Amino acid sequence: MSTPEISVNDSELVEPPVVHADRRHSEWLMMLREAWRMGRTKIGVAICAAIVALAVIGPWVAPYSPTQFVAPPFSSPSIPKMWMGSDYIGHDVLTRVLYGGRTVILLALAATVIGLVLGVTLGLITGYARRWIDESIMRLLDVVLAFPQIVLALLFVSILGPRLWLIVLIVGIGHAPRIARVARAATLEVAQRDFVHAAEAFGIARYKILFNEIMPSITSPLLVEFGLRLTYSIGLIAALSYLGFGMQPPAADWGLMINENQIGVIIQPWPVLVPVLLIGILTIGTNLIADGLGRALIGIERDTGVG
Amino acid sequence: MQTGTTDNAPAAAEREAVLRVAGLRIVLDPSGVDIDDDVSMVIHRGEVLGLVGESASGKTTVGTSLLDYQRRGAKISEGVVEIDGRDILAMDPKALRGVRGGQISYVPQDSSAALNPALRISTQLMEILEVHGFGSSTADREARLTQMMKEVLLPSDKQFLRRYPHQLSGGQQQRVAIAMAFANRPKVIVLDEPTTALDVTTQAHVLDTVRDLTRSYGVAALYITHDLAVVSNLADRIAVMYAGRVVEIGTRDELFAAGQHPYTRKLLASIPDITGERALRGIPGWAPRPGQRPSGCAFTPRCDWAVDHCGEEYPPVEEVSPGHLVRCWRREEVSAQAPELDIQLRDKSLSAPETEEHKVISIRGVTAFYQRKETLHDINTILSERRCLALVGESGSGKTTLARCIAGLHPHKIVGDIEFMGKPLARDARGRSRATRQAIQYIFQSPYSSLNPRKTIGQILSQPLQVFFDLSRSEMEGRMEQALQQVALDSSLLSRYPDQLSGGERQRVAIARGLAAEPTVLICDEVTSWLDVSVQAAIIELLAGLQRDMGLSMRFVTHNLALVRSISQEVAVMNDGRIVEYGVVDAVLDDPQADYTKKLLSDTPTV
Repeated sequence: MSTPEISVNDSELVEPPVVHADRRHSEWLMMLREAWRMGRTKIGVAICAAIVALAVIGPWVAPYSPTQFVAPPFSSPSIPKMWMGSDYIGHDVLTRVLYGGRTVILLALAATVIGLVLGVTLGLITGYARRWIDESIMRLLDVVLAFPQIVLALLFVSILGPRLWLIVLIVGIGHAPRIARVARAATLEVAQRDFVHAAEAFGIARYKILFNEIMPSITSPLLVEFGLRLTYSIGLIAALSYLGFGMQPPAADWGLMINENQIGVIIQPWPVLVPVLLIGILTIGTNLIADGLGRALIGIERDTGVG
Repeated sequence: MQTGTTDNAPAAAEREAVLRVAGLRIVLDPSGVDIDDDVSMVIHRGEVLGLVGESASGKTTVGTSLLDYQRRGAKISEGVVEIDGRDILAMDPKALRGVRGGQISYVPQDSSAALNPALRISTQLMEILEVHGFGSSTADREARLTQMMKEVLLPSDKQFLRRYPHQLSGGQQQRVAIAMAFANRPKVIVLDEPTTALDVTTQAHVLDTVRDLTRSYGVAALYITHDLAVVSNLADRIAVMYAGRVVEIGTRDELFAAGQHPYTRKLLASIPDITGERALRGIPGWAPRPGQRPSGCAFTPRCDWAVDHCGEEYPPVEEVSPGHLVRCWRREEVSAQAPELDIQLRDKSLSAPETEEHKVISIRGVTAFYQRKETLHDINTILSERRCLALVGESGSGKTTLARCIAGLHPHKIVGDIEFMGKPLARDARGRSRATRQAIQYIFQSPYSSLNPRKTIGQILSQPLQVFFDLSRSEMEGRMEQALQQVALDSSLLSRYPDQLSGGERQRVAIARGLAAEPTVLICDEVTSWLDVSVQAAIIELLAGLQRDMGLSMRFVTHNLALVRSISQEVAVMNDGRIVEYGVVDAVLDDPQADYTKKLLSDTPTV
């Protein structure tokens, strides 16, 4: 934002007839409120809430143990004993569906949070430091960015073995450059405002300037980015599970279930179809929320002229 | 405000009224809150009417409504706007398009935003002629184009016309916008603060051009501004707006000699006086925003003359003399008091030199760069204890760069010596000791950018306290309240956020933040340029008082030479990164030596 030497902005001062108590200082709250007004956000929240509820409550209401053999492999559904039939070695499909959501959701969340923490930190540093620090970190991130996230994950998993923490870490690291770019762009703009210069003149420590002065002003775009990255995390984690690098048998996991049961998909589609649908619907849900947030953010930028 | 009466004015008797506005009311849609109410005025052929008011007084909204245009969220709900008897507001869109830019045109505040950056200026100028069917052939229009450029004192050669807007200076861009407005020989022209973004020298040229063109073509012009000084030499008559209503309208001489409305008088007293005869006086408080206006006269809370009745009922129009209309319940009492009593003699003792002087900040042979470009050349100044040194110059003169060098905020190369109390200062604020950082405080130009919008005033004020002092919680609160008291703000603001404050209040908070550090040197960088004239006067009063009472040394950076006498004892005039004149204020302003200072002095509008 450039400040002209002399400027009197009349229209800006006329615009808001009433100043709302929490108008600009909690922009992200305003964004959430704005987003909530949109139907897409409500649908997204409803979908996510339903699937999270299913994953959380599931294990308590499941009719069997997920590792219990209840019927011959690929038995067809029989109500009320086996609503979705049995899987390739005779587990109850409904039970395994109810148990299998937790890992995907938790791992995806963890990966996204790691990506966010890493990305925001790097974005703040590069956006604020500029010059060679900015250049070198950003070029390094470009290298990470050059690999498709799934290839990156497969590379490390195939070297170090299918460990859950590794998957979470790699997916998170894969997100970091993308989040860092968003955070950096927002930081660049905020860092040249005078309140940052004022803090510098006081000699306040750099990390305090980053986290106390700048970060509160860039939360909104990051919230949008979080929603978007969460969607990708779910897809990636599920894909890695499907490829056999995530949870290992006999654990119940949606991605793994698709893998295990795909050979019998013609005679008994339930153990494949249900996890696929649930993963699909969950990503649609998170994507709708991210979309709603993004639209709300653009609307707010347009109305108040602040980023 | 009423056609009949103004027509009787002797000066206007022979002139025909071109523009007539009556009972104009503009409201916010859908809330219905009024931005402007009951605005009436008449402008005659060849006459300039100055429309003066503070921010948010609704003056720009009036200006655009003369073209039947409103920004999003506002609409004209009542009233008449007539040009030569034709009602603009009743026109259908097609007829309106013909009138806009043809019979009535508009010069915006920021012409750099109004000109299309992708088109050559000749294209844009030809376009406005073609659209309105000026002349019968392209040759006619080209002739007019050349003539237009001459009228606004711009070169009319092909090379110049082929330029894009970004290849012109701010003043040239504004001239192109003026040429565009005058292109089709309109009957009415609305100028919305066309010189606010310009330097005084450029401003003086633009004002001359506007005056000449209006007179020679008999155009009725409405000149909107927040600065009475700007219109003092330009306008024939002046309308003073307050909170969406015209409170006084009259000839320039009537208003300046004997303004009858308390607001007019206060506004006049808040104009910085370049001759230094009177002290600046701000208007306490601020103008109410639309929707928050009292039911009676909106000026009541800030008025010295106010009685109970003022706040209850809106005063009717009173005709003092033909064409001079006032809305004030206490007009008779106000006019009985000579306006001279409002004028307070400046405290001359301030300018008397101190007997024993100590150098606080000395700058010797400083040259500074912006990236590779040298922007400051061999600067030498000395700031002594308890003195205020004003740094005056136009935009790009390097005055802010110099101030930032002292504050340790100039991120580029600096050569030369900057000393504080006889010891060299590190270039970067971080390289300086805590005591040094505490001693030198910097107040930024824009209070909209210098306060973190996500923090409360309390959090903002606690910053210097946490960094520089080791205080308990209760001590800290005491210090914060004390700092707010020093800038005449209430401690209830501590829990507020910056966007809940007016511009003047924000700048006070910024000053309080500087004072909380208990500095010995205060560097003020154009601290009033974003503020209204009345608020500017109040801030200057405050700073001058603080400097005197707290014994601060101050460096006051400004583009406004008229402010200098009100605040400083010494002045350095800067141009192109050099100091062209440097000395005691009265000596420099009364008997300027450098040509540049003389020019700046003569171009500075004064009342």
